[in-house]
Amino acid sequence: MNWKRATAATGLLLPVIGLLAFGLTRDPKAIDSPLPGKPAPDFSLRVFATGEGDLALPVGDTVSLARHRGGIVVLNFWASWCLQCRDEHLDLSNAARAYIDRGVRFYGVLYNDQESFGLRWINEMGGQAYPSLLDPRTRTAIDYGLYGVPETFLVTSDGRVAYKHIGAISERLLSHKLDSLLAAGTGAP
Amino acid sequence: MTRLLGSGSLLAALGVAIYGALALLVGARRRRADLLRSGELAVYAMWGLVSVGTLAMIYALVSHDFSVKYVAMVGSRATPLFYTVISLWGALEGSILFWIFVLSSLSALVTYQNRKREGTLVPYTGAVLMLISVFFLILLAGPANPFGLVSPVPADGPGPNPLLQNHILMAVHPPLLYLGYVGMSVPFAFGIGAVLSGEIEHDGWIRLTRRWTLVAWMFLSAAIIAGMWWSYEVLGWGGYWAWDPVENASFIPWLTATAFLHSVMVQERRGLLKLWNLNLIVSTFALTILGTFLTRSGVLSSVHAFSEGPIGRYFLGFIALVLIASFALVAGNSERLRPTGSLEAAVSRESVFLLNNLFLSAFTVTVLVGTLFPLVAEAIRGVKVSVGEPFFNRMTLPICAALLFLMGVGPALPWRVASPEVIRRQLLPPAVAAIAGLVISFLVGVRSPYALAAFTFGAFALAANVREFIDGAVARRRAHGEAAPVALARLIGGNRRRYGGYIAHLGVLTVTLGIGASSTFRTEREATLRKGEVMDVGPFTVRLDDVYSREEPQRTVLAAGVTVLKGGREVGRMEPRMNFYPTSDQPVPTPTVRSRPAGDLYINLQAFAQDGSNATLRVIREPLVPWIWIGGMIVCLGAFVSLGAGRRETAPAAARVKTAARTRPTPVPVEEAVR
Repeated sequence: MNWKRATAATGLLLPVIGLLAFGLTRDPKAIDSPLPGKPAPDFSLRVFATGEGDLALPVGDTVSLARHRGGIVVLNFWASWCLQCRDEHLDLSNAARAYIDRGVRFYGVLYNDQESFGLRWINEMGGQAYPSLLDPRTRTAIDYGLYGVPETFLVTSDGRVAYKHIGAISERLLSHKLDSLLAAGTGAP
Repeated sequence: MTRLLGSGSLLAALGVAIYGALALLVGARRRRADLLRSGELAVYAMWGLVSVGTLAMIYALVSHDFSVKYVAMVGSRATPLFYTVISLWGALEGSILFWIFVLSSLSALVTYQNRKREGTLVPYTGAVLMLISVFFLILLAGPANPFGLVSPVPADGPGPNPLLQNHILMAVHPPLLYLGYVGMSVPFAFGIGAVLSGEIEHDGWIRLTRRWTLVAWMFLSAAIIAGMWWSYEVLGWGGYWAWDPVENASFIPWLTATAFLHSVMVQERRGLLKLWNLNLIVSTFALTILGTFLTRSGVLSSVHAFSEGPIGRYFLGFIALVLIASFALVAGNSERLRPTGSLEAAVSRESVFLLNNLFLSAFTVTVLVGTLFPLVAEAIRGVKVSVGEPFFNRMTLPICAALLFLMGVGPALPWRVASPEVIRRQLLPPAVAAIAGLVISFLVGVRSPYALAAFTFGAFALAANVREFIDGAVARRRAHGEAAPVALARLIGGNRRRYGGYIAHLGVLTVTLGIGASSTFRTEREATLRKGEVMDVGPFTVRLDDVYSREEPQRTVLAAGVTVLKGGREVGRMEPRMNFYPTSDQPVPTPTVRSRPAGDLYINLQAFAQDGSNATLRVIREPLVPWIWIGGMIVCLGAFVSLGAGRRETAPAAARVKTAARTRPTPVPVEEAVR
């Protein structure tokens, strides 16, 4: 074994490995969403799951964004076949209950799924604190440029998208974002 | 229960693999027969345990056990059984499980085949294979565990990625690709094993390595062609190759393996290029791992890269280890790989092989650089760029032309020295064919310089390779008075390795013809038709009859009924479709193809009116496309014929001891003297 040559070969390979390591820090699919800062697309969707307590709405009621001017809206796109949606489910319901007094309204939007599967899922997961809406032909999902589920959008009181989250969201992150929005005054009722 | 069985057997396999690698390494080093024996048994045990894990996963998929994470990710009650079974390789975790299944099967096969072989080459080879297995089993134990628990258990799952359950070729392409990709681990292991055991200074290991490379190469060739076919049949744009990172990832190791299959002959015959060949083997394996890393870790954006996640870091560590350990080992032992012969003349078969390797290497580097360039650009300039088809086509087509030319020159020239008289006699007929090819392709309307070059050099190579068969068969007929087909069959049977290679050449030329013709003479039209309206494409008239939808268990199908007419006569009905899967916004295009030897008529449903009154069709006429797939099969046939070569044939150096002894001193004493 000629160690000099072996070391030389290793030296030549290090830049290659460095480049690959750099690649890992990048996400080629991370194309900034044009939505944050822009007005949130309006929608008018039918309630299919009522939600609980003070957040509850009757089935068949229509929810539109325009109706909520003046308060923060959290929009969470989910599906019964989505595994990550299970992880974030409890966090979302907890946050929805915690922020109800500060004028924040949470809505779930069922994505590419059937109403009956959605209801069964909510039942299976032990309920959902806020109402969920049907999005026929995923029109609203398309308006919001959905890449997959789950995705969560925070809409300010003046109707702009303040934040978009891809993948399962945590209660801590939600609280952090909501607190700073409320403090900045863009969420004040 | 299935979960525990599956994850338990995979964990046990990890333990066995670690033990087996250590037992074989220590046993080979200390010459301990008992350790070697138990290491050998560990190889079989690992295979058994991995098989149990794989079967458990298939059972979980088929029984819709949604408590198993992988099943909850890719399973669905509505998916037909067939697609449920093949969704084993439909997502990351399952494909890694399938990978280790193939790898452990090959390890067991290699160990069994060579169980009676003396020396430490096979134990070291087994140890390398076990170490590679350890990596994949660690992935399965941790970041890519397919047997994770989902609780509460979902009632149903999303089903496989729609693109992967839309065509039967999904059952063919991935297994072939894994056999090819994973198969390249075996020659790598033999190479490293030869260095570790010291057998690198003899030529015995190269025979094993060459055969296994040929096996893997055959599967990889078939996989690449099947992948092209799949994207042609499924993606709806009528193309088969787009220089996507995933495609390149399968193609780059194919190039280095092809280079090896040629240059290894120079080593066997003439004792040259030993270090180069070892480097090619190691590179081929490293490139398969690199390709997997690039497309499976989310480093590069690609249409079919299907996952991201923590496995990227594991792969990076593994690549670093493989690259540094193997190239340092090769570099450190390079003095033991000095040539034992010399190049005698500038024009000879070996010099053509040298050029062939030069161009194949240039090809490899070009595709690799093009694939990695987005990464380099982002590292240096911080911008996202993509390198598209124009770059690849402009850079690689001249290389392809040169390779076609060499494919004709190589078989025509003798080893060692080619006299001007021999060159003239051998190359004159192919040259005539080349001119004929140029004239004919120009007359039928080919104008692009690349296509003209392809047809010219293709004709050259075709003539040179066909001539080998004709000359050989004619000689046999004269000598033995055999009928022409018998003479041809016996000619091939008598030197399978050589003629298998020529058959593979004919396959590559057939593929070239298909690609050249279909890209040059493609006609494409897109139009929105109302019911009863027609459009003309080439000799065909396409009439839209109806637009309708129907429900299938796992999807909604929207289809256009189309009648195809030629010269006013009805020649067929076709049904281009869009398949809507419940978990996907985008419909999956499902083009229909009418395939004839002369070419394909390809119809894709681009759009339709909600009320069913009209539909937008893209109709493409692509001449000679089926010859790409046929050519791919011929390539594999050639590899298969070569594989059948017996021991005598595959050791030409030994068979030709007499001639060798006449022209140069036997290499062994020289080396002994040096040491």
